[in-house]
Amino acid sequence: MRVLVVEDDPVLLDGLKVGLGLAGATCDVVSTCGDAEAALATGDFDAVVLDRMLPDGSGLDVLKRVRASGNRTPILLLTALDETSDRIAGLDAGADDYIGKPFDLEELAARIRAIARRGQGRAAGALEWRDLTLDPATMSAARGGEALALSRREFAVLAALIERRGAIASRAEIEDRLYGWQEEIESNAVEVHVHHLRAKLGRDAIETVRGLGYRMGGPR
Amino acid sequence: MSSLRVRLFATLIAATGALWLIAAAWIYVGARQEVEHVLDTRLQEAARMVASLVASGDLPAQSKPDAGTPVIPGLGGYERQLSCQIWSLDDRLVARSSGAPDEKLSDSGAGFSERVVNGEPWRVYAVEDGAKGIRVLVGDRLGLREKLVGDLIKGLLWPAALILPLLGLVIWASVGRSLEPLSRIARELGRRDAEDMKPVDAGAAPSEIRPLTAALNGLFDKVERARRHEREVTAFAAHELRTPLAGLKTQAQIAVAAKDPAIRDRALGQILSAVGRTSRLVSQLLALARLDAEAPETAGSSIALEEAVLEALELSRAAGAAEVTISDGVRRACVRAPREPLLMLLRNLQENALEHTPPDGRAAWRLSADGAALELHDEGPGAPEAELPRLTQRFFRGSAKVATGEGAGLGLAIAAAAAERCGATLSFGNREDRSGFVARIAFAPGAITLASPAAG
Repeated sequence: MRVLVVEDDPVLLDGLKVGLGLAGATCDVVSTCGDAEAALATGDFDAVVLDRMLPDGSGLDVLKRVRASGNRTPILLLTALDETSDRIAGLDAGADDYIGKPFDLEELAARIRAIARRGQGRAAGALEWRDLTLDPATMSAARGGEALALSRREFAVLAALIERRGAIASRAEIEDRLYGWQEEIESNAVEVHVHHLRAKLGRDAIETVRGLGYRMGGPR
Repeated sequence: MSSLRVRLFATLIAATGALWLIAAAWIYVGARQEVEHVLDTRLQEAARMVASLVASGDLPAQSKPDAGTPVIPGLGGYERQLSCQIWSLDDRLVARSSGAPDEKLSDSGAGFSERVVNGEPWRVYAVEDGAKGIRVLVGDRLGLREKLVGDLIKGLLWPAALILPLLGLVIWASVGRSLEPLSRIARELGRRDAEDMKPVDAGAAPSEIRPLTAALNGLFDKVERARRHEREVTAFAAHELRTPLAGLKTQAQIAVAAKDPAIRDRALGQILSAVGRTSRLVSQLLALARLDAEAPETAGSSIALEEAVLEALELSRAAGAAEVTISDGVRRACVRAPREPLLMLLRNLQENALEHTPPDGRAAWRLSADGAALELHDEGPGAPEAELPRLTQRFFRGSAKVATGEGAGLGLAIAAAAAERCGATLSFGNREDRSGFVARIAFAPGAITLASPAAG
């Protein structure tokens, strides 16, 4: 899950990046309205955490402009203003959820997973494929009721492919899920993770579509 | 008397009554003179008429002396008012009108005279006819004259006594009606709760009350603006305090949850830095609150500028390592200002300069050319012209600070508030000789005094 975090306080920004990373998300972080809009215009995110008061303007204005441009990325507003009228204004401006500072990191992660899930058109928390179940909240996988050991990156690749429901995910798109901007991408990382996943799930679990990318195998 | 209504009522009634009394007195005096004049003239005419009648011989001037005094039939309708006596020159009563007293009305010669007859004062006119040997006396009682004038005045005062209570009612009611807009405004204000700062509707108010409603509305507007400002500052403060708290909580949760010691140590480091920044923020907010609460004009004492600058420098040394110089002019100068705000002002400007000046740079305190202002020149990047007017806004962070995420945007706001307490104005600019920021404290005229170079 790739999340854009827009927050100007350096400590909180760092906390969100590390904390949401621990919860299985890959975070890109920016500190200003301008950077946030630029990131949203070019990147593909599963969810956005948007601070309401930013040094160069209001997060609410960013929200309105982003929604006006037709962007439907789920957005969670983060704010120190927690009066009801502020919450209503935020939700009516196009926010999917709203959380006041200070918040609980786990609750924030759960809310992000919830809005991301709804953004993908799913209601259930778990991802399912054949007899495999992935739980993004605990980053655990089970096959036929038995726990399956997956690394954080393997889990992310598998989740990205299952979310697509048979559509092809390009290597670049999977890399986007795995790495934030600031991270160095290892050149053959995706191939390595797919290789490991095939070893654990069987050769037909992930199909390679030559020149385009990968997709999950059809139902058996 | 605190009631406007009672006061107005009493004044109007007293004024009306006094007016009526003065009019009555005026009329009394005037009428008395006029009545006297008319009645005197009538006495004269009557006396001459009787004298001419006697002269024409119609009256028995020499009638039987002892057959009793003949009575002249009534003189017109005035027999009750006018009395006539005809005396011979040898003091015999020749004739008298009915109702006239027997006693001689006057002893003096021709013309007007007054005397008391039978206990009543009379006014008499006498005509003497030497040829016939008679004297005609025509007189009337003065009491009658007084009664005439008295009746006139009574005629004037009775209606007044009747009308005055009626007038009082009308005045009472109309004063009440006129004061109704005031009571309406009072009722409207009485019904309000503390949040309601809507202007009072001055629409129906008479022009006399407009200044009051205008002043009230002006006050409401001022209070409302002050409250809005306070709300904004509170909202900002809430944001500025809750954000570091959120950061602390997030980092603490990471430290608790992380299994990797590297991640945990990093989170603890972040917590330490956040606590440091938050405590600085809290002390800045407290400083601002203290400045806001203080009386605007605190009397100051004369303080040596160099000493104040050095003390401020000591407090702000942590902000940066740049060299700080103090010009000779500043060394010789004393300033009249309250001590605490002055130190707060110098310290916050000093911190700002040190934060922006590179460690090998220099910040310089000097006096302006006219010696009325203290200036701090630094060697930092300066500020974009567009940001200069906003630098003293609370929680405004210049673009340089936004980029680093440092500071809460309170330092220069504190400096501006402290400058106000010192009776000084704070202005900012960029250096023209090189990149750098200039903060200028213009003190009130005469606040800075210079010791002579020899003494310094």
